[in-house]
Amino acid sequence: MLTLKHVNAGYGDFQALFDVSLEVKAGEAVAVIGPNGAGKTTLMRVISGLIPAMVGEIEMEGVSVLEAQPYEIVGMGIAHVPENRRLFPRMTVEDNLRMGCFLPKFRARFEERKSVVYELFPRMLERRNQMAGTLSGGEQQMCAIGRALMSDPKILIMDEPSAGLAPVIVQQVFELIERIRGEGLTVLIVEQNVRQVLRIVDRAYVLESGSLRVEGTAEELLQSAEIQKAFMGM
Amino acid sequence: MAEFTEALFSVFFVETLINGLLLGGVLALLSLGLNLIFGVIDVVWICYAEIIMLGMYTIFYLHVDGGLPLIVAAAGGVGVTAVLGWLTHRLVIGYLLQAPPINQLLATGGLLFFFQGLAMVAFGIEFRNLGVSLGSLALSEDIYLSWTRLLSFAIAGVVVVVLYLFLARSYLGAAIRAISQDREIMVLMGVNTKKLYLLTSAIGGGLAGLAAALLVLQYDVHPFIGLSFGPITFMVCVMGGLGNMVGGFLAAFIFSELITIGGYFAELEWGYVLAFGFFIAAMFVRPEGLFARKS
Repeated sequence: MLTLKHVNAGYGDFQALFDVSLEVKAGEAVAVIGPNGAGKTTLMRVISGLIPAMVGEIEMEGVSVLEAQPYEIVGMGIAHVPENRRLFPRMTVEDNLRMGCFLPKFRARFEERKSVVYELFPRMLERRNQMAGTLSGGEQQMCAIGRALMSDPKILIMDEPSAGLAPVIVQQVFELIERIRGEGLTVLIVEQNVRQVLRIVDRAYVLESGSLRVEGTAEELLQSAEIQKAFMGM
Repeated sequence: MAEFTEALFSVFFVETLINGLLLGGVLALLSLGLNLIFGVIDVVWICYAEIIMLGMYTIFYLHVDGGLPLIVAAAGGVGVTAVLGWLTHRLVIGYLLQAPPINQLLATGGLLFFFQGLAMVAFGIEFRNLGVSLGSLALSEDIYLSWTRLLSFAIAGVVVVVLYLFLARSYLGAAIRAISQDREIMVLMGVNTKKLYLLTSAIGGGLAGLAAALLVLQYDVHPFIGLSFGPITFMVCVMGGLGNMVGGFLAAFIFSELITIGGYFAELEWGYVLAFGFFIAAMFVRPEGLFARKS
């Protein structure tokens, strides 16, 4: 569904990604794991057009993402849940969701998508008229995921959904992602929380210093002595 | 003292309060466009009052020389200022979005003198009067209210309501609110931020044209007219908390009441001294504006 071929990217003169190639097939959940500063966020941002790629190719269902304008990418079925959630703090939960289906072609389905999101996150229904900035961390993450789901995306790309959340909330967030997966949505997720994310994905890549080092099924990586040593403190 | 209490309870004081309210409507309208642009784009248009001045000239020439009915001329003025607002962003601000704020201020300050100079070359320095008087409404034998001010107040009220509904209910309005809270992330929502900025600039310009239509009924037009209400517009915006449209709206009425009440007890000029003194004092107490958001 989503393919990256030999992508280099960065900010100004600083290059953060080197020759990154990866693929996410329809219905799959794939994780990119790696330490802080490995380029995980850059990878997410280059896919959704927040920063341009220097060289390489990114294709969504065979259509070039790099040739599209950044604001057209959500219309291609790629929804991005950004790092630190990035909600609109002085807007209500429902207005945040509304922004998730801003594109004219999505607007007709606003009510339908909204009820899907409220069914998935009943807490959001309770808080629909509350300012997003006043939600708890876990609720904000629900709202951010809900906002991304409003456009009924084909692939959901998530940047560190567990960052800054209390351990018990992290657990809940991963359970939610598992449920979203259950609905048949394709997911690409970057995480530092390696052990937990490997339990809910099919495959994973290891990103280090801007390059993909290792690739394998979640099972293989969970068993790998090297991964255990590097990321799980064993 | 007896004189003071007598003055306080006289019908003329009531007239003063009402006039303050009506003047507040005009100030509110003046601050609305500037606040909208600042709230969304985060750039202060120092030249905003000069766009209003060009709107006044447009209406003057369309009505007096072009012979168009006043309402058509006013619509023309709104159209021209909307285009000016669009051009200001397209040709100047759009290139300075990443520049330091001081450069943005200098650029719009430069536009102020550009517009003034342009008006001087094109229209001369003569004062021009539209020659239209709407007269006044007699509430009683003693109280007269100017129709122009009543009209300004009504239009300002209608514009506030329409703008509020647009911002609160429509997708574009939601995007305008959202972009002021997180510019970068708008792309992920599928928003073309360049287009949204141009639209906001055009709406802000159009509001300047509307203000021009009301001001041209009360004041002569000349190339420097912007200087006489530009500063007050900025002060209203700053006092309300720059970018906060509700705050600016309330601040407009505080300002106008101070001006008219000061003018009632002393000379009109003292009204301005009182209002500006209050502004300075307010800036000491709440530098971020009286109604600034807590963030």
